[in-house]
Amino acid sequence: MDKNISFTLKVWRQNGPKEKGHFDTFQMEDIPGDTSFLEMLDILNEQLIEAGKEPVVFDHDCREGICGMCSLYINGHPHGPATGATTCQIYMRRFNDGDVITVEPWRSAGFPVIKDLMVDRSAYDKIMQAGGFISVGTGAPQDANAILIPKPIADEAMDAASCIGCGACVAACKNGSAMLFVSAKVSQLNLLPQGKPEALRRAKAMLAKMDELGFGNCTNTRACEAECPKCVSISNIARLNRDFIKAKLKD
Amino acid sequence: MTKIIDSKIPEGPIAEKWTNYKAHQKLVNPANKRRLDIIVVGTGLAGASAAASLGEMGFRVFNFCIQDSPRRAHSIAAQGGINAAKNYQNDGDSVYRLFYDTVKGGDYRAREANVYRLAEVSNNIIDQCVAQGVPFAREYGGTLANRSFGGAQVSRTFYAKGQTGQQLLLGAYSALSRQVGAGTVKLYTRYEMEDIVIIDGRARGIIAKNLVTGKLERFAAHAVVIATGGYGNTYFLSTNAMACNCSAAMACYRKGAWFANPAYVQIHPTCIPVHGDKQSKLTLMSESLRNDGRIWVPKKLEDAKALQAGTKQGRDIPEEDRDYYLERRYPAFGNLVPRDVASRAAKERCDKGYGVNNTGLAVFLDFSEAISRLGKDVVAQRYGNLFDMYEEITDVSPYENPMMIYPAIHYTMGGIWVDYELQTSIKGLFAIGECNFSDHGANRLGASALMQGLADGYFVLPYTIQNYLADQITVPRFSTDLPEFAEAEKAVQDKIDHLMNIKGKKSVDSIHKELGRVMWEYVGMGRTEEGLKTGLAKLKDIRKEFETELFIPGSKEGMNVELDKAIRLNDFITMGELIAYDALNRNESCGGHFREEYQTEEGEAKRDDENYFYVACWEYQGSDDKAPVLYKEPLVYEAIKVQTRNYKS
Repeated sequence: MDKNISFTLKVWRQNGPKEKGHFDTFQMEDIPGDTSFLEMLDILNEQLIEAGKEPVVFDHDCREGICGMCSLYINGHPHGPATGATTCQIYMRRFNDGDVITVEPWRSAGFPVIKDLMVDRSAYDKIMQAGGFISVGTGAPQDANAILIPKPIADEAMDAASCIGCGACVAACKNGSAMLFVSAKVSQLNLLPQGKPEALRRAKAMLAKMDELGFGNCTNTRACEAECPKCVSISNIARLNRDFIKAKLKD
Repeated sequence: MTKIIDSKIPEGPIAEKWTNYKAHQKLVNPANKRRLDIIVVGTGLAGASAAASLGEMGFRVFNFCIQDSPRRAHSIAAQGGINAAKNYQNDGDSVYRLFYDTVKGGDYRAREANVYRLAEVSNNIIDQCVAQGVPFAREYGGTLANRSFGGAQVSRTFYAKGQTGQQLLLGAYSALSRQVGAGTVKLYTRYEMEDIVIIDGRARGIIAKNLVTGKLERFAAHAVVIATGGYGNTYFLSTNAMACNCSAAMACYRKGAWFANPAYVQIHPTCIPVHGDKQSKLTLMSESLRNDGRIWVPKKLEDAKALQAGTKQGRDIPEEDRDYYLERRYPAFGNLVPRDVASRAAKERCDKGYGVNNTGLAVFLDFSEAISRLGKDVVAQRYGNLFDMYEEITDVSPYENPMMIYPAIHYTMGGIWVDYELQTSIKGLFAIGECNFSDHGANRLGASALMQGLADGYFVLPYTIQNYLADQITVPRFSTDLPEFAEAEKAVQDKIDHLMNIKGKKSVDSIHKELGRVMWEYVGMGRTEEGLKTGLAKLKDIRKEFETELFIPGSKEGMNVELDKAIRLNDFITMGELIAYDALNRNESCGGHFREEYQTEEGEAKRDDENYFYVACWEYQGSDDKAPVLYKEPLVYEAIKVQTRNYKS
């Protein structure tokens, strides 16, 4: 049976993108260990509402680690203490009685704060719109089995495709680079035969958009890989760089 | 009540209907498409695929979602797979067999023609998704892999690890992104549809709330498509995402769109059991686990008591004292019976006192036999990520102790009524994906939701909506200054002011939890006439409590998450009543709707085809205080012989 714990919670509050933010401190009492981190924030919010105060705003949706909506730095780590898990999959049994837990939004120039812990990640959509697709119309393509794809290639593409677009890689990066995100999508599509015809154009277009939107570049610190909740590998960045150089040489 | 319901099913034999329809429908030429606007609300599988396809065809599309990106829609969480009648495995599959299995799985309450069309286009979906770069699982030879799912005896399910929904949604999101980049689709994220605008009897726009600024905005179009998912969160605890809601559907219902078969709610058998009153949602464990896991409870009540008290663990119960009740009751399908059957069987055992956790509301899903047969490595390869997820949530390793599972609200087969063209009873208003009612009858088979969402969005609506728009080409774009827009916006604003001014003491979630408890207890897995009547009375109390006790902190200006939740809860309460009315009306058991008065001696669902072989269409009567009025669309079966479902032999 899980034990209940009591701890101090320091939460970032900020009314809008241009407002000055600050930490609010709360004492949390008797939280069961089988409570998820976001359910713990629900409990806090219920207490705030009961006291007539405004709840803490944070992004969340599926609460099973796949939608990519939840974010949060917990004690300085994107998605908290676990590896290979999103914030919504963290359970309070990972913390100890008497802990001080600090919760902040993603802090990166590419992701301005909307309110409290919620940030604007629409830059990711814009990067996708620049080239994160295969140009095929809806209609009647060839039979699915007409394209044979070796299992190792399909598996590698799948691993890259497991990116959930949460933004932890950007939040973890000292350069605020979105290279892991971009390279995951580029790898998935460029590895597959269907994506080859546009491979070089895609790498160039998505990177150009990433630069335009103010994200930094990669200096191989591997912080993104360490914090990625889906364990997307930085070997994808190497692949992206190769495609980018090839594209530039052809220019 | 007499009302002629025209479902517009095309003439001809079932296998030719869709071909005939497409051959004779009206089309819109490319120059005219540019002059026509379409609003698509929702960016899940159905919404994103429809918006992408319509934009690419040349229509001007406005696409809305409540999350920060289209990629967050809850389709993303579907784990298991997507069905298609490819017959790549040479195991006797065909369009007809997929059609038949779906109709049978739906307990003979779906509309035949729609289901046949669904089976027909299922193969195109796989082709389309592969062309988009969806990384489906492959065999070593490079061909696509398949697995089997509940309710079928063939392997027709395509999958991408345990993340099929994610990969299909990202495929549709890619296609959508391409159109947004090309300028054919304009995307509005963090916007929620609050009402629909009707002009001269046709849907001509929506009122949407910008969730960041809190402002209401008006949008006009020649047609409106809602793709806003199901109403499972009426029960508070479900496998749906936190933001899933039925407000867009309820807005359509309140404006006159019929709501069909609301009582058909799917309860998924393999979810992690409820553990406390602070829980916010339930986590699904994929149906694929039933391929190797065996479901059981103890044979002896004293063992069950010891498990409930925590003095014994699952592994302490010897083999001969275990009751593998699904294998016992359904020898032919065993642990792979359809979801409704598996869920009811679990409830039956727990109701008799054989539940295995501290609340008595759980059964075991045991992999010990699979581990000794296949080895731990193989089991880990197949289900490792699910086992890890289970351990993170429960702190118990499924390698050492059997998993505990219990049924939970998962999917809703009912929805906005649509005809064969996916048009609702309001002209120019279309509903696609989970938010319509048409394809799954009273129970949906596993891996069919993804199929339906994409079928509607890629391959059905882009055709049928043209048949409507063809005579709209001379209609100029509407101004949002028209009085109809002003009135609709004012009504929404008044509702918001009203909610803000209640100024009671209770939070939205606390009232929503009460709603969930009432729904689960009285309108849940086992329903009775008496219970439903009690439930309806209690729902009235909850409505009253909501109207007098609700408290929303903050102001209506700017972002106010609690206000947005309150607006949704208002609609969940109406939805709850609608489910209860339909369940009370339907004096039979079928699929996900189980009335305890109507069961066979063996405890199976007992249908009444004589009196209930129809789609129940409910019409709003202008006020939440008035009971809705029922119209019936009779079901006509031409291709399939209606019979009792049998998964025993």
